[in-house]
Amino acid sequence: MKKRSMATSLADQSPKLVRSIERRLFLRQGLSLGALALLSGCDLTDDEGVQKVLTGISRWNDGVQGWLFSSTKLAPEFPESAITKPFPFNAFYGEDEITLVDGNSYKLEIEGLVREKRPWTLPELYALPQTSQVTRHICVEGWSAIGKWSGVRFSVFLERIGADTTAKYVGFTCADDYYTSVDMATALHPQTLLTFRYADEILPPKYGFPMKLRIPTKLGFKNPKHIVAMFVTNEYPGGYWEDQGYNWFSGS
Amino acid sequence: MGAAQQGHTDWVKIHPLMVRITHWINALAILVMVASGWRIYNASPIFPFRFPNELTLGGWLAGALQWHFAAMWLLALNGLAYLAYGILSGHFRRKLLPISLREVIRDVLEALRGRLSHEDLSMYNAAQRAAYLAIILCGIALVFSGLAIWKPVQLQEIAALMGGYEGARVVHFIAMSLLVFIVLVHVAMVILVPRSLPTMITGRARRIS
Repeated sequence: MKKRSMATSLADQSPKLVRSIERRLFLRQGLSLGALALLSGCDLTDDEGVQKVLTGISRWNDGVQGWLFSSTKLAPEFPESAITKPFPFNAFYGEDEITLVDGNSYKLEIEGLVREKRPWTLPELYALPQTSQVTRHICVEGWSAIGKWSGVRFSVFLERIGADTTAKYVGFTCADDYYTSVDMATALHPQTLLTFRYADEILPPKYGFPMKLRIPTKLGFKNPKHIVAMFVTNEYPGGYWEDQGYNWFSGS
Repeated sequence: MGAAQQGHTDWVKIHPLMVRITHWINALAILVMVASGWRIYNASPIFPFRFPNELTLGGWLAGALQWHFAAMWLLALNGLAYLAYGILSGHFRRKLLPISLREVIRDVLEALRGRLSHEDLSMYNAAQRAAYLAIILCGIALVFSGLAIWKPVQLQEIAALMGGYEGARVVHFIAMSLLVFIVLVHVAMVILVPRSLPTMITGRARRIS
């Protein structure tokens, strides 16, 4: 800023000064408006019209992510030395409220657009061809952790039950009342595993006994635990977090 | 009017329409991206502090993510339009170049002493050139690190440049901090030289010759 000479008389400066003050006021009002918009951010998001637009863009982003998704692009795999210990527990409830499922009476129910709807017991699921992966679990909150999961390729399982793989969605319901759904392309991805083990041990309850669908190409909340039923459908099934506003596709 | 006696006063065009439009769209996009981004950061801070929730947008994580992934389109499309215009029209070459480190240091020191001249708004001084170039580079870094965080599998080549997903989060944060710092200095300078504000709206400034 160029300093004005103090000797300059006020009379000479006054029209300029008035303009200058007016501009300052205008500027301050502009800044206050911005601050106000920020402060009322919560209300802005709650506004029905605004929420409609935001939800619409989120649906559009589902489409963009589906287009970006590649069936052959693999999530980076890591050496076992990179595994995060302890691997964090995460759910919509606390660690003291973990659901306990009885493995002996457990049956996985199959519904929807599939040829064979008979339920599966744990020994039958354990007998399927098993494979392992060490991948990064990325939470929608931002944190990430590397873990090792083992189980059957979900595409192999979908083939065994005669799923209509031209359908749009696979939905899951869980013993802890959680539910979610994924697109068929992701369900068929080679790294999407129906897992029964974590770090070579039978999945402990806190990691989702008896099974967790591990999808390293999606955020953590798209990896359902304690699955008790799954269904293939063309009707959008939503999900526990998705229905509250989290993006449905949530691909990585 | 005694304009002839006072010296000839006329209006000169300084900021092209395209620059003014993209500037204000960018200002809105940056405001939304930073305010929602701070809320997202608060869900899992990478440094031992959180941003005050009163300064954030979205109300909760899901709301903040909706704002962030909506405004990203505004930021990216507007940014592309601005870059395309700046390069193709010669605007960058004329206004931001040449730039020399010695001049930047000199003008920054002058500005700190309050002696930097803003007499001619049509010419950017070296401190301004450096700041505006840095804003552009920050924006590019934010978009690329943002893409790496959003798509660490599909766009893993970009993430790998930053040391993977966790590295991209740090790059995103540092680029945001730099950008916010430059914006704060920019706004402070506008308050000190208020006539530069209407100029960014009308595109014209008074030139006394």
